[in-house]
Amino acid sequence: MPLATYQTSVPVVVDDAKCIADKGCTVCVDVCPLDVLRISDMTGKAYMAYDECWYCMPCEADCPTGAVTVNIPYLLR
Amino acid sequence: MAMDEIVDGMSEVSCDVLVIGGGTAGPMAALKAKLRNPKANVVLLEKANVKRSGAISMGMDGLNNAVIPGYATPEQYTKEITIANDGIVDQKAVYKYAQNCYGIIEELDSFGIRFLKNENGDYAVKKVHHIGTYVLPMPNGDTVKKALYRQLRRARILISNRYMATRLLTGSDGRVAGAISVNTRTAELLVIKAKAVILCMGAAGRLGLPTSGYMFGTYENAANSGDGYAMAYHAGAALANLECFQINPLIKDYNGPACAYVAGPFGAYTANNEGSRFIECDYWSGQMMLEFYNELLSGKGPVFLQLKHLHEKTIEEIESTLHKVERPTRGLFQKGRGNDYRTESIEMHISEIGFCSGHSASGVFVDDFARTTVPGLYAAGDMASVPHNYMLGAFTNGAVAGTDAMEFADNHDFADFDAADVAKERDRVMAPTRRDDGIPPNQIEYKARRLVNDYLQPPKVTRKFELGQRRLAEVREDMEQRMIARNSHELLRALETQSILDCADMAAHSSLYREESRWGLYHLRTDFPEKDNENWFCHTLLSKKDGRMTSEKRDVQPYVVPIADDEKDLYDKQRIRATA
Ligand SMILES: Cc1cc2nc3c(=O)[nH]c(=O)nc-3n(C[C@H](O)[C@H](O)[C@H](O)COP(=O)(O)OP(=O)(O)OC[C@H]3O[C@@H](n4cnc5c(N)ncnc54)[C@H](O)[C@@H]3O)c2cc1C
Ligand code: SF4
Ligand code: SF4
Repeated sequence: MPLATYQTSVPVVVDDAKCIADKGCTVCVDVCPLDVLRISDMTGKAYMAYDECWYCMPCEADCPTGAVTVNIPYLLR
Repeated sequence: MAMDEIVDGMSEVSCDVLVIGGGTAGPMAALKAKLRNPKANVVLLEKANVKRSGAISMGMDGLNNAVIPGYATPEQYTKEITIANDGIVDQKAVYKYAQNCYGIIEELDSFGIRFLKNENGDYAVKKVHHIGTYVLPMPNGDTVKKALYRQLRRARILISNRYMATRLLTGSDGRVAGAISVNTRTAELLVIKAKAVILCMGAAGRLGLPTSGYMFGTYENAANSGDGYAMAYHAGAALANLECFQINPLIKDYNGPACAYVAGPFGAYTANNEGSRFIECDYWSGQMMLEFYNELLSGKGPVFLQLKHLHEKTIEEIESTLHKVERPTRGLFQKGRGNDYRTESIEMHISEIGFCSGHSASGVFVDDFARTTVPGLYAAGDMASVPHNYMLGAFTNGAVAGTDAMEFADNHDFADFDAADVAKERDRVMAPTRRDDGIPPNQIEYKARRLVNDYLQPPKVTRKFELGQRRLAEVREDMEQRMIARNSHELLRALETQSILDCADMAAHSSLYREESRWGLYHLRTDFPEKDNENWFCHTLLSKKDGRMTSEKRDVQPYVVPIADDEKDLYDKQRIRATA
């Protein structure tokens, strides 16, 4: 059966201007308990690759440059 | 390499003691095992990253069950938990916890984790339970994980992050032989041979579906998908009282604690829509949850946590905990809704169902040495059967497990396992990656959990359970024949889905077996509405025998601390009689 992509507005947002993943940082990707953050091949910055978030905050709390913002997932906002 | 690309590979390592799950109990178990024999190899395997994994990833509001000399005695605590858990308690393990936990508090204090003290330098313990005083706030609760991690590094524990354990290996003599795990970023298999294994994989938190419909908006850390329960089951270990579900009173939609243990001691309380109290005591028990549930359904709901009568300074103090520690996005959530504790009460609701001994009593059966029924296999924390043991129980029983497991490893060699078992597990794990066409795991998981809500949520109706079992069997067939995983991250979710379905089957089976009602809402059976002490004052043990799920009764061990007849039903009298 063919698959379709299901669009969602993701809760975690990274400020590209502040993110230093291109200098080797992977902190938020490393700490996330749900393993949903990745570094983009295209931009070289961190982003939320999977909308499977416990809105728990380690990504935001541990980011050295304050680039990550955790929002409450839309369905429960 | 493309993101999360699947690498088909396998390697093997060995160690003396393998600890699976590096949340709360796991790090303590690993530390104590290493302390018992510093020359031995201890591996701590974690699906996420030990730095920020588990229920305490952002710290904790406080200790819910501290037995501190001068405030409470081990006898009193054991009595309280026995009554709160409707008498179905092997007291030896609870009593041992109560005796040991003060030492663990002092040890945590020496790690740099601070607990609230009063002017005299004594611990400032607060009362939330029905009888005794056990709640101890943690002013720097946000630092717990960092402090533990420092200790793990210092003790040279070998940490393997991003490995999801999938099955245990057992030897021909029935002894544990190790575990199989999968790298969640590459899908490579890692076989770990071990002389003893400690399971610390937390609650089964992704069993029911939260009412928000967001699959990961669970009460428990959503990484805790019940893998430990499933692994113990497939290894032949017994699981106790799984029908005693976990259900919690939480902030509606946000689905996190409000929390009665933080705000309660400052004068906050649970109230109905008329602003009246309707429960005697905010301690989370099945009996309390039943009154909560009844109030929600009566015309008197919704139910609220009432704070607005409190002084400004008090509210600020409560906010400084609720919005900084444990679930720090609570503040963001309230702000987004325009809620202010000063003017508005917090709307509460009940959570999805799960298995958890940390909060209720559903877990892998263990004795007072954290031993399961499989030799060399241990369990501690939320997934082990010591009831109501919360965070301090995870630490304390994790310590017990670590010490005893290393003793076991010192006295045994590796058990031999059959290489065919590994090959079989590799096929099972990789199967979803070998299909080109089929159903992605998120749809299978959603459907299974929606069925859990529709059919298995209390009140438990026999006919509904039977229908639920049929529907779940259909989903299982889809899962086994048609589930696909197109990258290693999706494979992680696919494997979790298999644990979730195993847990759903166990929830249904164990609930149908116990033909009475007990533990308030947790096991409320409409076809058997009464508590039946004559036939069911016992544990139920579920296990896999000859490939089939079976349940049996097990006697409650003689009490260490006697309970007087007029004390037995103290927790049944939760409802305030005349609400003004
Ligand atoms: C929101 C919330 C608030 C709470 N508040 C309090 C409180 O204020 N006071 C209190 O005393 N208690 C509280 N508790 C309870 C307490 O946190 C838990 O009882 C305790 O932390 C459980 O410890 P654990 O080690 O069993 O599980 P966890 O700490 O959850 O650890 C389980 C670990 O296993 C890992 N894991 C899972 N599956 C696998 C796998 N297949 N392979 C490898 N690793 C795996 C997980 O990633 C996780 O790190 C709260 C719990 C929650 C969820
Ligand atoms: S932690 Fe911050 S700086 Fe580092 S990769 Fe993530 S967003 Fe970028
Ligand atoms: S909030 Fe938690 S689950 Fe969500 S991306 Fe950040 S660390 Fe991961």
